[in-house]
Amino acid sequence: MTRKQTVKLIRIIIAVVLTAVAVIISPEGLWALILYLLPWAVVGYDVVTDAVLGIFRGQFLDEKFLMTLATAGAFAVGEHIEAVAVMLFFQIGELFESIAVGKSRKNIRALMDIRPDKATVLRGGEEHTVSPDEVSVGENIVVKPGERIPLDGVIVLGSTTVDTSALTGESLPAELSTGDKVISGTVNLSGVITVQVQSEFAQSTVQRVLELVETASAKKARTEAFITRFAKVYTPCVVAGAVLLAVIPPLLFAGSWSEWIYRGLVFLAVSCPCALVISVPLSFFGGIGRASREGILIKGASYMEVLAKVRTVVLDKTGTLTQGRFSVASVHPADASAEELLRAAAYAESRSLHPIAQSIVAAYSADVDESLITQMQEHTGKGVEAVVQGHRILAGNKGYISSVVNIPDIGKATGTIVYVARDEEYLGYILLSDKVKPDSAQAIGELKALGVERTVMLTGDRRDIAEEIGRELQLDSVFAELLPANKVEAVEELIPEHSPVAFVGDGINDAPVLSRCDVGVAMGGMGSDAAIEAADVVLMDDKLSKLPEAVRISRRTVAIVRQNIIFALAIKALVLILGAVGIAGMWAAIFADVGVMILAILNSMRTLIVRKKKS
Amino acid sequence: MKKTYAMEDLDCAVCAAKMEDAISKLEGVHSVSISYVLQQITIDAQEDKLPQIMKQAQKVCKRVERNCRIIL
Repeated sequence: MTRKQTVKLIRIIIAVVLTAVAVIISPEGLWALILYLLPWAVVGYDVVTDAVLGIFRGQFLDEKFLMTLATAGAFAVGEHIEAVAVMLFFQIGELFESIAVGKSRKNIRALMDIRPDKATVLRGGEEHTVSPDEVSVGENIVVKPGERIPLDGVIVLGSTTVDTSALTGESLPAELSTGDKVISGTVNLSGVITVQVQSEFAQSTVQRVLELVETASAKKARTEAFITRFAKVYTPCVVAGAVLLAVIPPLLFAGSWSEWIYRGLVFLAVSCPCALVISVPLSFFGGIGRASREGILIKGASYMEVLAKVRTVVLDKTGTLTQGRFSVASVHPADASAEELLRAAAYAESRSLHPIAQSIVAAYSADVDESLITQMQEHTGKGVEAVVQGHRILAGNKGYISSVVNIPDIGKATGTIVYVARDEEYLGYILLSDKVKPDSAQAIGELKALGVERTVMLTGDRRDIAEEIGRELQLDSVFAELLPANKVEAVEELIPEHSPVAFVGDGINDAPVLSRCDVGVAMGGMGSDAAIEAADVVLMDDKLSKLPEAVRISRRTVAIVRQNIIFALAIKALVLILGAVGIAGMWAAIFADVGVMILAILNSMRTLIVRKKKS
Repeated sequence: MKKTYAMEDLDCAVCAAKMEDAISKLEGVHSVSISYVLQQITIDAQEDKLPQIMKQAQKVCKRVERNCRIIL
């Protein structure tokens, strides 16, 4: 508890004791007023001061003003105990709220406590401990067991196991050694490693992730915007109701003043929409925090609402449903040797980041001498063009290469084919294959079980490969042989009838589609800046099974938000109606105000609870 | 330009909504969002006017809640 909270608690306890004393003595007349004013003042003096000062600043309808008015009114009509109780419970509610909100803030901060605060950098053969933002790209840092890896880089010395759970939710440590990439924010577990830094701290994975989570609360959910608008109308209406209720019946129908003023005060006591205004963002906050623990980063509560009711899931093939790691299955030269064909392709593709290009380079046994490449141009969705030792080499799909040279018929081959041409000569083709991820089928099954109506695959790949994977994973439809622009068109066609549409891709070349669909999900966020930028939801590792999990967490969060809204509104409405006809008194109003708020906050904290997945 | 500042003694969620409303009406402010839970304000505003805007925003916060302030 903070000091402020402790002070409030002590004041509450003193006020309770004083009230109990007053009840036991049960004084009469002026003594009664004095004895009850005492605990009222002890527990509520700050509320009253703020209320009075607030009037001068033009704040008439804030909760403190209304509470002051309600309690002062209750004293005026002789309901001393109720007056004290309203103030007492208001403060108990405030205390509870501040503790609960503080706790959940701390929980989520702890969840995101992955910011490294120091780095051990090697300079002139000596170790210096510095702040991570003082390390520049290309320097070597040493990370010892138990330390958090401060910057993104590549291991140049040593091997170790790394705990990535803070970023990915994956509890199994990863085994890494020389040449492997390490990600900032993960924890080095077993060995001492030397890492060559590849990006500045400001651009590091951990920094981007933290920024993303911290700004997520700035994108408010539609429900929250609705509640804020509602709150703006609710308080003035209820207060107006209170005034009318207190004045009209005694004036027009000769009702008793004290009776109707009391009913008006009941209205004032339930005039704060606090339960809703606090619990809705708190729930979304909890849900976003809960998801981030699974390595699912949701950039705003509004995306959570969309995910919860998503009807169509559109998936990219390569890197999303499949591993995206192609391997060269076979090399089919025309007149050249296999070695020559592979060499030409590797040189042409060596500067491309496309997974196909990288696997061709990996399959080439020798190193690529970069100095021999004088020009290189990538034609997205088609292939690459490079000038190597004066020869123009093209590598790419059938349509692209056949525009330059004639390609003989190669019969039926399942896999991705890269045709290669040098100058005007056809060199042959390379067949590559890509495997479906082990958890793709299960993830698609889970999405269907969750009620997703359509699963659609988009790919630039050939129809026969696409359809085979579509059958294997039981997808509802498959769009093949698409250029990136066609992917946007395909999603746009789906949106009118099948919305909300989620698109899942690996973030490479996906930016237009990610921004066009209702919710864009990028996978493999670790290390891919593009994915983190463009998507609404980032799955930190490349497991598709995190997608149904994200839907589940979103639905649970939205359900809790809905429960709170219905519960709070129903109780308030009930008390308002019963209060107007004189059945519900001050005690019921206190419950409708403070009780409902406490219950709603407790309910919203359930969003943080980890629930075992139903198998 | 988008910036985030921490806030102090923001004790009521309804007040946060009121501040948000008033700050969003200041000249040069594109959008603003106050998170009661995180006690922070995220403001997207014209860069050259930002210092002025923050001064006005500070006033708005003080008007709505006496003790509340933005840590600039």
